[in-house]
Amino acid sequence: MELNAITIGFVVFTIFTLGGGFGVVTTRNLFQGTIWLMVSLFGVAGYFILLSAPFLAAVQILVYIGAIAILITFAVMLTRSVTRIKERYIRIVPSFIGSLLLFLILLFGVTVPIFGSHLPESAPQYVASTRDLGMALVDENGYVVPFLLASVLLTAAMIGAIFIARDEKAKGG
Amino acid sequence: MNVLNEWAFIGVFAVMAPVFPALPIVIAWLFRPRKPNVLKSSTYECGVETIGDTWVQFRVQYYIYGLIFLVFDVEMVFLFPWAVAYNEMSLFGFVAGFLFIFLLTDALFYAWKKNALDWK
Amino acid sequence: MDELCTGLCQILVESGADAGLAQFLSLLVGVLLVSGIPLVTVIVLIWVERKVAARIQDRIGPNRVGPVGLLQTIADMIKLLSKEDITPTAADRVLYNAAPLVSFASVVLIWAVIPFTPFHFGVDLEIGALFFVAIASFGTLAIMVAGWASNNKYALLGAFRVVSLLVSYEVPLVFALLVPVLLAGSMSLLDIVHAQTGMWFVVLSPLAFVIFYVSSQAETGRAPFDLIEAESELVAGFNIEYSGMKFGMFFAAEFLHVFTNGILMALLFFGGWMGPLYYESPLIAFAWLGAKGGLIYFTTLWLRNTVPRLRIDQIMAFNWKFLVPLSIANLIFISLALKVMQELGASPRNLAEAGFVELLPTTVVLLVINGAMTIYLLGLLRKRGQEARRESMAARVPLAQAAAD
Repeated sequence: MELNAITIGFVVFTIFTLGGGFGVVTTRNLFQGTIWLMVSLFGVAGYFILLSAPFLAAVQILVYIGAIAILITFAVMLTRSVTRIKERYIRIVPSFIGSLLLFLILLFGVTVPIFGSHLPESAPQYVASTRDLGMALVDENGYVVPFLLASVLLTAAMIGAIFIARDEKAKGG
Repeated sequence: MNVLNEWAFIGVFAVMAPVFPALPIVIAWLFRPRKPNVLKSSTYECGVETIGDTWVQFRVQYYIYGLIFLVFDVEMVFLFPWAVAYNEMSLFGFVAGFLFIFLLTDALFYAWKKNALDWK
Repeated sequence: MDELCTGLCQILVESGADAGLAQFLSLLVGVLLVSGIPLVTVIVLIWVERKVAARIQDRIGPNRVGPVGLLQTIADMIKLLSKEDITPTAADRVLYNAAPLVSFASVVLIWAVIPFTPFHFGVDLEIGALFFVAIASFGTLAIMVAGWASNNKYALLGAFRVVSLLVSYEVPLVFALLVPVLLAGSMSLLDIVHAQTGMWFVVLSPLAFVIFYVSSQAETGRAPFDLIEAESELVAGFNIEYSGMKFGMFFAAEFLHVFTNGILMALLFFGGWMGPLYYESPLIAFAWLGAKGGLIYFTTLWLRNTVPRLRIDQIMAFNWKFLVPLSIANLIFISLALKVMQELGASPRNLAEAGFVELLPTTVVLLVINGAMTIYLLGLLRKRGQEARRESMAARVPLAQAAAD
C-alpha cells in the first residue's frame, strides 16, 4: 500500500472507529461508553471526508456529537446506576455468538451481490455537490416524496417521544 | 487546492488545535507548586462534605429538550442543501420546503400545547 | 494560503526534502499562521473585555502593567502558570483533563474557515457555514464532559443546564444562518461574502441578524443568558472544580468564542471585508473585517454589562416559544418573497453578480416584510407583557390587603 495522506487518514480513522467501538463494549461506565461511541462515530465522519462527501461528514458530527451524545447523556442520567453496570448483565458467550452472526451476515451482504452488482468498476469522475443534493430533494422525479416523508417521520418521532416522556412523568417516573 | 488537500489542512489544524491549550498546561505542570492534601483535593461543596453519589437520577425535562433539539437538528440537516440550491429552483421548490418545515412546526406546537416546552 | 503552501512545498522539495514531508511541513506552517491570529487576539481580547467592563461600571480597569494596562494579561498568564493545579480525587482523571483542551480547540478550529481578505484564508470549504456549527458542537460536548468528570453536584447541575441552553439556542441560530446561505446559494463563507457585493444581508434580512445575534449571545454564555457562570445559583457552574491553567483555558475559549462570533456575523451579514477601498490592499480589507467584527464584539460586551441574568425557565420559554417560531417564520417569509420575485423576474438569481440597483426591488420588498413582522411581534410582546403584569398585580393584591389588616 502506498503511503500517502489518504492511507494515513484511513488508518487513523479506522483506529478511531474500531478503538471507539472496543471502548464502548469494555467500559463499565455508561458516560464513558457514550464518549467512546462518539470517538467511533467521529472516525466514521472521517471516512465520509475520505470519500469526498464532506457534507455527510459535517452532518455526522452535527447530529451525533452535537445532538445524540447530549441526548444519550441526558438519558443516561435518567437511569439509576450510571457508573456501575452489574456483573450479571454481562453474558460473554451469547453476545459473542450474536455479534459473530451479525458480522457474517453483513460480510455476506457486502461481498456477495444478491441483487446484482452494486459497485461500479471505477470510482465516478463527477463528485456531486451539496447543490446537486438540494436540487434532487425537491425534484418531482427525484426525492421529493422521501424528503417530505422524512419530515412526517420526524414529526411522528417527536410527537411520540413527547407523548411517552410526559406519560412517564405523570406516573411519577 | 483540491478537496482532499483542503481537508488535509483541516486535519493538521485539528491535530494542532488541542496542542495550543495543552502547551501552557504542560508548562504550568513544570512550574506549579505541588502541595496536595486530602481536604484540598476533596470535592468542593461550600465547606460541607458532599453526601451521596453525584451521578444521581435527573429530571426528565432535560431529556425532552434534548429530543426536540435532535428532531430540529435532523431537520436543519435537510434544509441546508435545500437552501444552497434554492436560487435555482422553481416555485415548486419553495412549496416542498414549506411543507417540510410546516410539518415540523406542527410537532413544535404539539409540544407547546402539551406543555413539554415548560421548564418544570 | 494556497499559494503559500504550494510555494513553500516547492522550495522544500527543491532543497532535497521528501515530497510528502514537504507537503506536511508547508501545511503545518499554514496552520500555524492561521491559528496565530486567534491566539494573539485572545490576549488582547481579555484586556479589552476588562477595560470595557470597567468603564461601563465607572472604574478604570487594569492600568498598572505596561501602558494602559496592556500587559496585564501576560502578567495574569504568568500568575496562572504558577498556580497549583488541583484535580479532585473523585474526578474522572482522563476526561477531566481532556475537557478544557477540547473546549479551546473547538473555538480555534473555527478560524480555519474564516476568510480574512478575498485572498487570505485557511481553506474555503464548500460546507463552511455548516462546518462551524458542527465544530461548535464539540464545545458543547466539552462542557458536558467537564461537568460530568468533575464529580461535583454543582458542576454536573451547571453543565446540564448550560448544555440544554446551548442546544436549545442552536435551533434559532441555525435557522437564522440558513437565511444568508439561502440568499447566497452557497455554504462557503467566501461565496457568502461575495454575494453581498450589491447589498449587505443585514439590509435584506435584519430579523435574521437579530435572531443570530441573540442566539449567539446565548451560545457564548453571555448575559442575559450567562447561566455558565450563574454565581448566585450554581456557585460557579460546570467549571467549579477547575483551577490554574485549565480554568484559564475555559476562560480564554469563552472570550475567543465571543469575538469569533462577532467576526462570523460581520462575514455573514455585514459584507465581511467590504468597505471603501478594500480592493486596494489586503490590509485595508482585513482592517474592515476587523473593524466590523470588533464593533459587534463591543456591542456584546456592552449588552453583557448592562442587562441582568434571566432565570432558566424564562430563558427556555423565550427560546422555544418566541425565537424558534420567529426564526422559522422569518425563513419561510423570506424564501417565499424571494421565490415570487425571482419567478416574476424582479430579483436576480445570482446575488454575486447583481449590482446595487438590480437588488433595489428585492431589498424594498424584503425590508417591508421584515418591518411588518417586527411591528406584529412588538404588538404581540406588548400584549404578553401587559398580561403578565396584570397577573402579577392580581397576585399582589391579597398580599397588600393582608399587610394593611
